Amino acid sequence: MAAIPQAGTEVAISADHLVRKFGDFTAVNDVSFQVKKGEIFGFLGPNGSGKTTVIKMLTGLLPLSGGAAQVEGLDVRTHAEEVRERIGYMSQKFSLYDDLTVAENLTFYGRIYSLPPDRLKRRMAEIVELNGLGPYLDRLAAKLSGGWKQRLALGCAMLHQPKLLFLDEPTAGIDPVARRQLWDLLFELSGHGITFFVTTHYMDEAERCSHVAYIYYGKLIADGTPNSLRELPDVQPPGTIRVEITTPEVTRALRFARQIPGIRSATIFGQSIHALIEDHFDLHDLREQLLKEGISVAEIRPLAPSLEDVFVELTYKHQTLLEGSRA
Amino acid sequence: MRDIFRGFGAVFYKETLHVRRDAGTLFFSLTMPLLQMFLLGFGIDTNIRRIPTVVYNADGRRESRELIDRLKNSDTFYIMRYVQNDRDMNDLIVAGKARVGIKVPVEYSDRLLHKMDAQVLVLIDGSDSSVAGQAINVSNAIGLDESLRRALPDREFRAVEMRPKMLFNPDSRSPNFFLPGLTAIMLLNVTTFLTAFSIVREKERGTLEQLFVTPVRPFGLLLGKLLPYLGVGFFELCLILTCMRFLFQVPIHGSVLLLAFLSLPYLFAALSLGILISSKAASQAEAMQLAFLPILPSVFFSGYIFPRETMPAIFRPISYLIPATYFINITRGVILRGATIRHLWTDGLALFAIGTFLLIVAARRFQNKVISA
Repeated sequence: MAAIPQAGTEVAISADHLVRKFGDFTAVNDVSFQVKKGEIFGFLGPNGSGKTTVIKMLTGLLPLSGGAAQVEGLDVRTHAEEVRERIGYMSQKFSLYDDLTVAENLTFYGRIYSLPPDRLKRRMAEIVELNGLGPYLDRLAAKLSGGWKQRLALGCAMLHQPKLLFLDEPTAGIDPVARRQLWDLLFELSGHGITFFVTTHYMDEAERCSHVAYIYYGKLIADGTPNSLRELPDVQPPGTIRVEITTPEVTRALRFARQIPGIRSATIFGQSIHALIEDHFDLHDLREQLLKEGISVAEIRPLAPSLEDVFVELTYKHQTLLEGSRA
Repeated sequence: MRDIFRGFGAVFYKETLHVRRDAGTLFFSLTMPLLQMFLLGFGIDTNIRRIPTVVYNADGRRESRELIDRLKNSDTFYIMRYVQNDRDMNDLIVAGKARVGIKVPVEYSDRLLHKMDAQVLVLIDGSDSSVAGQAINVSNAIGLDESLRRALPDREFRAVEMRPKMLFNPDSRSPNFFLPGLTAIMLLNVTTFLTAFSIVREKERGTLEQLFVTPVRPFGLLLGKLLPYLGVGFFELCLILTCMRFLFQVPIHGSVLLLAFLSLPYLFAALSLGILISSKAASQAEAMQLAFLPILPSVFFSGYIFPRETMPAIFRPISYLIPATYFINITRGVILRGATIRHLWTDGLALFAIGTFLLIVAARRFQNKVISA
């Protein structure tokens, strides 16, 4: 892994063997990665796997137990103050003041970053224009819907024109349309050279990132562009193909498919099963075998791995490794 | 690093808006103390008068009737019933209907007429110590006076008479004594609760965490939160003083300006205490419980109800740690004794020191604990 922190102009975040312990528990275990400027860096992982802890370490909220981190070329251990001036942060709760209006929330954050009045006024106009908050300026934040709250929170986080924004699950609990609109906004901002560090649960969002990393119980188990991850040997071992089996009886089919030799793994995705099978396997044979068990099959077709497939495979492999090391 | 008060202006701006928006809380916190004040100001009289008394006059002749008249005229005793035997007298005391029972024995007048000592039995219910103490003092005094009168009928010899003069509260009016102390307790109540809640609310909403990712410094944050509530507390003080002066007719002998000035370090200490509480509490419910903690010691160890002089020696140092102790001395000093800055500057300084200490402790806790929580 890239262990040498490059303080060059290209790198927005450089995490180098990060470790964070809470007592005996290691929440973040030797995590290294780099985020290039202008990237939308998707940071994924199950709940409690250490995503928020990493954000807190990178923003100087939590001291590091080991390793080093540079944000915008500054060491977070020695320059936490300066780092905070340069970044924006939006927590998963859209931490706004409900009893303040949209304009007052923005004014408050502008003053926190000591923007002079004329610049604050200009920036507020820009943000309002960009996020479409115009009609709501005098509305209390409590009265906004989830999507608008999130836009306001994003506006507050970028009022001081940070070059790097941390978004901790920005789309948790908002409707699909608002999610889509937020991502459109992120792409637009990214086009202006702003770097995003985004955590999410949603795989469709992960697919939109220019770079993704997957953390699993404190360990970083994947790091790369979505396409490079799809081609990892762990995900797509040589001599295998991935197929999608569409059937009305997914549970029964899954149970049976897992017993067929030549099927390496199988997982349910909605009304279908994604299976990794050895490429000498005949797809017609497979259909016959399933039919013999009384399972009707609508379709079997080859499939490129989705990011979800990637993370399922990697998680599975990592789990077996963990269990192996414990045994 | 450049500016340890970074963010003060922004937080002050926002907090003022919170106070204005939340009119319900503001109204509630301003009127509650006034309600307490009405209850205590009208309802409590610490002067003990008209103690219910039962009399068993077994003698019944002129001398015994004179004695009972003298007890009656003292205004300390109110004779609620005359009984004819010991048992009835006892029953009334046990039932709590009478606090004092006076029995004049059969031979009382006889013995006096024969120039012999006479005894009168005074039974006192000791379950309320201040009532009992007053009953003992007054009955002793009446007994002594009666003895002197009989021993020196011609009055050519003058007995020594103590002439006490009550300074500052000549009529020993209870509101004069109670309300200046109550002012301190009420201000403590309101300000501690308000600040503790304002910070814990931010913890619950997650906005506090958000603030810590900005360049706001702990002192900027805490002072910005503290000052609007200092204003609220100050307004509250003015309300209380107005009611006290015009509704309860408590005269203010000293300078109101001085009192207002010296209330600032007290409010500062109380608000800092609220902030310290909020650094410990994770939820509003927890903050509520913690905010009650300082109230009892402030009531009992500050001299508000029980004089500090009667405290056991090991407890006395505690009273010096309680902000209310100093402020009660200030309010009673200015309002009742007409004290000036010359008499009270040490109290003001002590309050300022306590406030600063509490605020520094709170700021450190915010820097360390909240961040890693």
